[in-house]
Amino acid sequence: MDSIADKPETLIEVDRVTFDYGGPPVLLDVSLSISAGDFLAVIGPNGSGKTTLLKLILGLLKPGRGRVRIFGTDLEAFHAWEKLGYIPQKATHFDPLFPASVKEVVAMAIRPPRKIGAPRKEEESAIRQALAIVGMESMQNRRIGRLSSGQQQRVFIARAIVNRPQILFLDEPTTGVDAETQEHFYALLGRLNKEIPMTIVLVTHDIGIVDRHVSRVACLNQSLVYHGSHAEFCRSEAMRDMLAGGHLVSHRH
Amino acid sequence: MSAFFEYAFLQRALAAGTFIALSCAVLGVFLLLRKDAMIGHGLSHIAFAGVALGFVLKLMPLPVALAFSVVASLGIMKLKESAGLHGDAAIAIISSVGMALGIVLATLAGNFNVALLNYLFGEILAIEPAEVALSVGLAVVVLLVVMRNYRTFMYLTFDRDSARVSGIPVRRLDTWITILAAITIVLGMKVVGVLLVSALLVIPAAAGLQLASNFKTAIVLSGAVSVVAVVVGLVAAYVLDLPASGTIILAAFVLFGLAFALKKCRS
Repeated sequence: MDSIADKPETLIEVDRVTFDYGGPPVLLDVSLSISAGDFLAVIGPNGSGKTTLLKLILGLLKPGRGRVRIFGTDLEAFHAWEKLGYIPQKATHFDPLFPASVKEVVAMAIRPPRKIGAPRKEEESAIRQALAIVGMESMQNRRIGRLSSGQQQRVFIARAIVNRPQILFLDEPTTGVDAETQEHFYALLGRLNKEIPMTIVLVTHDIGIVDRHVSRVACLNQSLVYHGSHAEFCRSEAMRDMLAGGHLVSHRH
Repeated sequence: MSAFFEYAFLQRALAAGTFIALSCAVLGVFLLLRKDAMIGHGLSHIAFAGVALGFVLKLMPLPVALAFSVVASLGIMKLKESAGLHGDAAIAIISSVGMALGIVLATLAGNFNVALLNYLFGEILAIEPAEVALSVGLAVVVLLVVMRNYRTFMYLTFDRDSARVSGIPVRRLDTWITILAAITIVLGMKVVGVLLVSALLVIPAAAGLQLASNFKTAIVLSGAVSVVAVVVGLVAAYVLDLPASGTIILAAFVLFGLAFALKKCRS
């Protein structure tokens, strides 16, 4: 039995959260917690509230009822944003003519931003390290719009981890990316989770491709249908219902 | 060119024109990439109403137009957020009201006199020393604020949601960008007039964006295009006895054409 001292720290607590966009509730009474070291996949059918839940956790939306706590602090009072990294849905759907180099894209996320005239040595090192982790160091002067979707996603991971956050949130990061690149992408996330180690929260509808790396699953369908280990989820009724309803995709390569 | 060393009015025009054009170009890059270029057009109409109000109140028109435009720019932001209007409707409404108000106030001020027409069509060669000091000072403030917030403005422009999650106060910075746009528009109005001021924001920035491989280069190139356009435009205006507002914008357009052609040649 684990002692209290061995129990991983709870980083995120979602407590009885309900949310709507002015119509019927998108999320109803959802409670879940995310612990340090988790690699959590948030899954569910289209419109089940996965992205909404992520946005509520990140403070991009405010819950109608309930509350969210990050690192033990109510979201309204939370300021340590450098502890979080985020890659939004359709991150690669930016203006392709935007004139930013790979290095500039990573540098824009550095917190706190460098003041005019401040030394740039530490920043340069952080950017180089983040790009090295995702294998994009050699492309730092390339224009972001001229890279493939897979390369762009790796740059966005570098941007999200440049401040060495404790939690990385990703919303459907591999949409429109070919199967081989997806495999490399999830392997990279697996390494970040195990080696750094970084807590990862991934919204996806593809449980098959992540099953080698994910440790926990939260299955949503307006309310929380399942929240537990990945192994148990594979044997659960929730998984069978989701696959039978065609709500999840299971790509195995 | 020797005339620029002899005549104070040309030196004043060059000093004010250079700084104002530089601030317009730098801010213009952000506005263009935010797909907010039309705000320049809208705010220029508001600024016209501010100038007319200055004439009615018998005050220096530039500070009145500045105050008027800054307040109106915040009104546009509020209208965009809370009125549920589509696309550029908020800008269209506010700019039309601004122009209508300008016409009414201009009539109350004693009809359309030459001074008012100078603001409509621009007359940088007639800029007063006090206006030069105000213009250069404010243009430097705009440039410093943009430089100070360069990366956060870029992040906000590139990926708004990620910027918010990284703790950037996006609403506050939106307000800053809108206020800076209002200030540059009023300053630019003195150089090229209400009718052409949005071109000072858009054309140099669009030229810089044609050739830039990164954001820093885009800013530098846009600034360079704006400064060259002012110098060439002023020289052409003096030598050919043409209105400087027209020659400055035409020079900017020629530079944009060259940048476009160079880009095509490269690809």
